Amino acid sequence: MPIDLKQYNTDGLYDELLAKPNRSRSHAKHLVRQLRKMDAADLAERQDAADLAIKEMGVTFTVYTEAGAIDRNWPFDIVPRIIPKSEWDMVAKGLKQRVKALNKFIDDLYHEQKIIKDGVFPAEILADSKNFRPQCVGVNPPLGIWAHICGSDLVRDGNGRLYVLEDNLRVPSGVSYMLENREVTKRVFPELFEDYAPMPVDDYPSQLFDTLCDLSPRKVKHPEIVVLTPGIYNSAYFEHAYLAQQMGCELVEGRDLLVDDKDVVYMRTVSGPKRVDVIYRRIDDEFMDPEAFREDSMLGVPGLLRAWKSGNVALANAPGAGVADDKVVYAFVPEIIEYYLGQKPVIPNVPTYRCMYKEERDYVLDNLDKLVVKPANESGGYGMLMGKSATQKERDQFARLIRRNPRNYIAQPTLSLSTVPTVIHDHLEPRHVDLRPFILSGRKTQVTTGGLTRVALRKGSLVVNSSQGGGSKDTWIVDA
Amino acid sequence: MLSRVAEHIYWMGRYVERAENTARLINVNAFLLLDLPKGVAPGWEPLIAITGQEGEFEGRYKDYSERNVVKFLIGDMDNAGSILSALNQARENCRTIRDIVPKATWELLTELNIYARDNLQSGLAKKGRHAYLERIIEGSQLLTGMLGATLSRDEAWSFLRMGRNLERADMTTRIVDVRTANLLPDDTSELRPFETIQWMSVLKSLSSYHMYRRRMQVRVQRGEVLRFLFQDTTFPRSVLHCLQAVQHEVAGLPRNTACRDAISGLQEKVGDTKVERLNQDKLHLYIDQIQLGLSKVHEALASGYFLPLDDARSGSV
Repeated sequence: MPIDLKQYNTDGLYDELLAKPNRSRSHAKHLVRQLRKMDAADLAERQDAADLAIKEMGVTFTVYTEAGAIDRNWPFDIVPRIIPKSEWDMVAKGLKQRVKALNKFIDDLYHEQKIIKDGVFPAEILADSKNFRPQCVGVNPPLGIWAHICGSDLVRDGNGRLYVLEDNLRVPSGVSYMLENREVTKRVFPELFEDYAPMPVDDYPSQLFDTLCDLSPRKVKHPEIVVLTPGIYNSAYFEHAYLAQQMGCELVEGRDLLVDDKDVVYMRTVSGPKRVDVIYRRIDDEFMDPEAFREDSMLGVPGLLRAWKSGNVALANAPGAGVADDKVVYAFVPEIIEYYLGQKPVIPNVPTYRCMYKEERDYVLDNLDKLVVKPANESGGYGMLMGKSATQKERDQFARLIRRNPRNYIAQPTLSLSTVPTVIHDHLEPRHVDLRPFILSGRKTQVTTGGLTRVALRKGSLVVNSSQGGGSKDTWIVDA
Repeated sequence: MLSRVAEHIYWMGRYVERAENTARLINVNAFLLLDLPKGVAPGWEPLIAITGQEGEFEGRYKDYSERNVVKFLIGDMDNAGSILSALNQARENCRTIRDIVPKATWELLTELNIYARDNLQSGLAKKGRHAYLERIIEGSQLLTGMLGATLSRDEAWSFLRMGRNLERADMTTRIVDVRTANLLPDDTSELRPFETIQWMSVLKSLSSYHMYRRRMQVRVQRGEVLRFLFQDTTFPRSVLHCLQAVQHEVAGLPRNTACRDAISGLQEKVGDTKVERLNQDKLHLYIDQIQLGLSKVHEALASGYFLPLDDARSGSV
């Protein structure tokens, strides 16, 4: 039985490939035509082939359970998500603008704090920030850049408009899956490439390598670059190993490195200590250096911060860069862009109400049943109010919390994320997606062509995390 | 190469070899028992002695029954030397160096681990045991062969090969030690045929029976077997051959004085002794000295090339 897209019910939401049931968007027409040629068995067979390829390629993510660390195969859906190049060009421009402004913002916070003196950014927020590192005040990282690798999450709402949902400036992950997803699509769906020439993504490791080279304090022809991982039990260990391998660098753990009394970093090799110039660290600030941050960290390198401050080693991302990725700071990004660059943001923020301002707070309190309320300093969905589905009692409780400590809360409208057709057993159903492109900042700023599309595999779910039943899709930027 | 990586690949080599040798040991013992008359048969206890784990075994098992010994050696995860533990350790050591070794290494080790775990029950049963152990041996050899055919002859290879050969030399000495000291009854003429059988079992547990026949050109007898297993320079499981392999790799390492001294001293010890003339007590002493020498070589490698222990971590270059 051929695949019947008349039954494909978008429920009035924005679908990335189909404008209506059985009618493709123009950039997706070849893909939809190919899908229509297939029957249920073909579809299931392709999905099986993809699952097998993932297994053979060893693409995994690690879940930690009581029984130890388990490597799960990376969940992948074969139907790619397509974005027209014309739209992507704007997105890339917007992301570069955003990251540029955020880097200026971070640099300012660790130096003169002009933005606070000028009354654009409230001092109270900085005072409450969990990710501001006083240890970093006055440091001048190479090129004045703090967040060299940024992963920003984009979502579309019901009318198809793209927004930035959050910026990850600490140790964003996912890029290896973006690269592997393309490899899998090439293996299992080669005929799709007859009609399309999606922009390649596999440049990323070289771009990352160049970005890291730009930061080397020693001006040598071949600076020693390493990837620092917390180790095999980290959920993103696959990615750490993958990137090290792709860049031809050593993958090191904290115990492989040492800092000598001249504040120079070395790695321990069988030929003796070897100097390290740039560290792409995939370990959180707090665990990086027991001398400067958490003393109980077994993962870090004693003296690393010293070496960085002395300018003997470059760290990407710089310690303290995370100050710009908390939820309240997010709400100020439009102002931050305006302040440092004198420009309007190219990609909007999700409209965000800051309860610290009376007018915005009043709106929030009047509309709790329509909004999502988030505390500033929590992550992973803790302590949130989903106004729509909450009980009156819960809403009343949040109203009290907000009045008591308004600075700690922001609120956003409930977004109905866009959907993409996704293989469910042997047919296609709409499932919600987001998108995480990666932005590299060195001597030049580069944005991945596309990014990692994550998809919530459960019907109606908006949770795209792989640890919670999320999958992923190849993402195509096409000149349509 | 990173010190940590060298250490992991070294241990991966050792653990794969350990799993293989343990499987050999059990298989050969099982067949040997079938050949010997009741009352003469030494049973299963010597296998625990070979691995030097009497204390650990007796702490957890009430007797040296076949079932207990086999369980301890194949499937006991609390026994670091059991096949299952060794394979698991080999895989854990491989986990962090997946970017260094050929991709198939990890996949093979994973498969072998899954096989060993999923078929454990049949491996513990008399009926399925032989096939199970053969599969473990084949899997280990497949891995060894695959690495031999695909791993560049750089430092990774050196550490892998040193680990494998030190482990192999160690196991060869252990097998001979227990087979000679504990197994063989007093030299009485009516048991002579069985003595031959036991020496054959020593050779077979090292897959060396055919090579012995070809090389030594004499029937199986104590003195010749000992010379072959300790001092033959062509058989890859003889102690001297293993040491030559280690010496060859050590020669290519930087800053290798301590290791070179340790290995060449041991080679002399092994090669310059008239093993066929050693009585049981002297032989046991000779084996003790070799094992001590092997652990000295290991220590020289560890202090020269592996990561320092945790408490010695900070400090200067």
